[in-house]
Amino acid sequence: MEHLELFLKSIFIDNMVFATFLGMCSFLAVSKKVSTAVGLGAAVIFVMLITVPLNWLLDHYLLQPGALSWLGEEYAEYDLSFLSFIMFIATIATMVQLVEIVVEKFSPSLYNSLGIFLPLIAVNCAILGGSLFMQSREIPTLGLATVYGIGSGIGWFLAILSIAAIREKIRYSNVPAPLRGLGITFITTGLMAIGFMSFGGMLTGGDKKPKEEKQVAVAPIKDNKVEVSKTSDTKDNKKDKVVLANNIKVNE
Amino acid sequence: MGLKNKLHTLKEKYKGTKLAPAFGAIHTFLYLPNETTHNGTHIKAADDLKRTMNTVILALIPCLIFGMFNAGYQHYLAAGDIDAATGGFFSSQFWTLDNFSLGFWKIIPLVIVSYGVGLGIEFLFATIKNHEVEEGYLVTGMLVPLIVPIDIPLWMLAVAVAFGVVIGKEVFGGTGMNILNPALTIRAFLFFAYPTWMSGDKVWVQGAVESIGKVDAISGETILGSLGQGKHLAYSVWDMFYGFIPGSVGETSTLLILLGGLFLIFTKIGSWRIMLSSVVGALVMGLIFNYIVDANVITEGSKFYALMSTPFWEHLIIGGFAFGTVYMATDPVTASQTNKGKWIYGFLVGFLSILIRVFNPAYPEGVMLAILLMNVFAPTIDHYVVKGNIKQRQKRLKVKTA
Repeated sequence: MEHLELFLKSIFIDNMVFATFLGMCSFLAVSKKVSTAVGLGAAVIFVMLITVPLNWLLDHYLLQPGALSWLGEEYAEYDLSFLSFIMFIATIATMVQLVEIVVEKFSPSLYNSLGIFLPLIAVNCAILGGSLFMQSREIPTLGLATVYGIGSGIGWFLAILSIAAIREKIRYSNVPAPLRGLGITFITTGLMAIGFMSFGGMLTGGDKKPKEEKQVAVAPIKDNKVEVSKTSDTKDNKKDKVVLANNIKVNE
Repeated sequence: MGLKNKLHTLKEKYKGTKLAPAFGAIHTFLYLPNETTHNGTHIKAADDLKRTMNTVILALIPCLIFGMFNAGYQHYLAAGDIDAATGGFFSSQFWTLDNFSLGFWKIIPLVIVSYGVGLGIEFLFATIKNHEVEEGYLVTGMLVPLIVPIDIPLWMLAVAVAFGVVIGKEVFGGTGMNILNPALTIRAFLFFAYPTWMSGDKVWVQGAVESIGKVDAISGETILGSLGQGKHLAYSVWDMFYGFIPGSVGETSTLLILLGGLFLIFTKIGSWRIMLSSVVGALVMGLIFNYIVDANVITEGSKFYALMSTPFWEHLIIGGFAFGTVYMATDPVTASQTNKGKWIYGFLVGFLSILIRVFNPAYPEGVMLAILLMNVFAPTIDHYVVKGNIKQRQKRLKVKTA
């Protein structure tokens, strides 16, 4: 039950893209076609599935305060958590390299269509975010960490799959010229996040908690989300400017 | 014929200027224009976009009029001025002129603001982008007043309509290009931006907000809201079916929505596949919850108990489920386009609306969010249905040639 709850929660409620807006770079760049989006999404699921449990082991047996006590009593006081960023990234980079080799061997067409974005998974914030959330939310067991990793990966996969299908659909829409391309994709992402807000606040609090507390817990989540979607709007503007700047460069 | 010719000459006069689309829109709205198609394929059909939109509006009119009566009825009932209706659907306590006039003067401004702002933006965009004014807002403008609480301040409605029309539709290129249902985008915007005006027990009955703190304070809570808090409201099943309950303006009367839905199916405007599969999805989810309650997994102390133990068929007549299913989920633009996709889409809409309704105490009205969510996934469903079809045909081809 606990596993199932965490699984659904990491897919829908704490969706990497629509709740925390992580992994946006590849989310926006590789979502032009459904087939490539599926490929990248699958790669992300795979990497998440491997890295989150691995990083959980690292966190619990190397990095946490007191994690080194298995070496002996004298190591019990060591706190290596300042190393967690670099250790997590090293794990992720290794795993991505592995995935790249596997994909190149077994599906060269997918390898070619993913292009630069496969190595870029190594610096995809969703992957590192998964590991860091695992650390900061203090997920207690290895099993739960695995479930969390695969759930977050599937959530990201669903997000990129649905936006790819939408982008294929709106390819023939008469979008105003300044918004074409990334601009409309940002707006679409914001609107999709509204759709995903239906899950916000779900499953919060067990049966024992009084209702008032739960409402308080729900309200700030809402605010955060509104803020997040607002920031996405400002991102739109920024992106527009970036696109404009590119145009100017070309003209020069 | 005089007006038609006058409009035609006006149109000719302003041809090529910025205002041409505005005159053209009025002309084509009132009459069949004199022009014939210039190029491309010629398909002669009676059901153009305008006819389609007008049919949906026709189906919505009974809900609107009922909403006016209901607004007055709920107000006077909560204030204690009249007795509860007892004589069935045509009971004399309900269909009074007092009820109607109170509702009329509250709801007509909502309609005017919705159409005024929405159509204003449509005209503006048509003028700037120099294309003809599209009829897409006609239905949205009618739906919006029907799905908001009666006491919503008009400026909020105006802001939300502007957001919904510009961000939800015009940036995608106008009618037929949007990915989310504009009416639901408007409602979701209101819901997340001004939650105190969209939920709770004060907004559903006219005058309840002003009466807070007074001696004769009145309140009216929706059935879903009170069930979410574990209370049972004393409404009979027939009251819920006829619609003598508090709620958004036009969503209460399941009977009239049912008639409207049959009308839409009969005129082949609304998709019966979506409506049917959505009802099936809701019933399945309701049955699952009832089964969980029967199996004693959830006990009386749980906060989900009241909503879970609601008989599965009652979910269809409380809240906005019926309205959403008939008028919103069947939106031909944002729903799935393929027949098989429509079954999946509708089923998930029904399934998720009851799921959100029960499990998400913050959002008692799940159907709006379920439809928005499925709008997001509709293109994905379509993509895979089409792909599956292609695969099947290729297989058939292989068998034939082999």
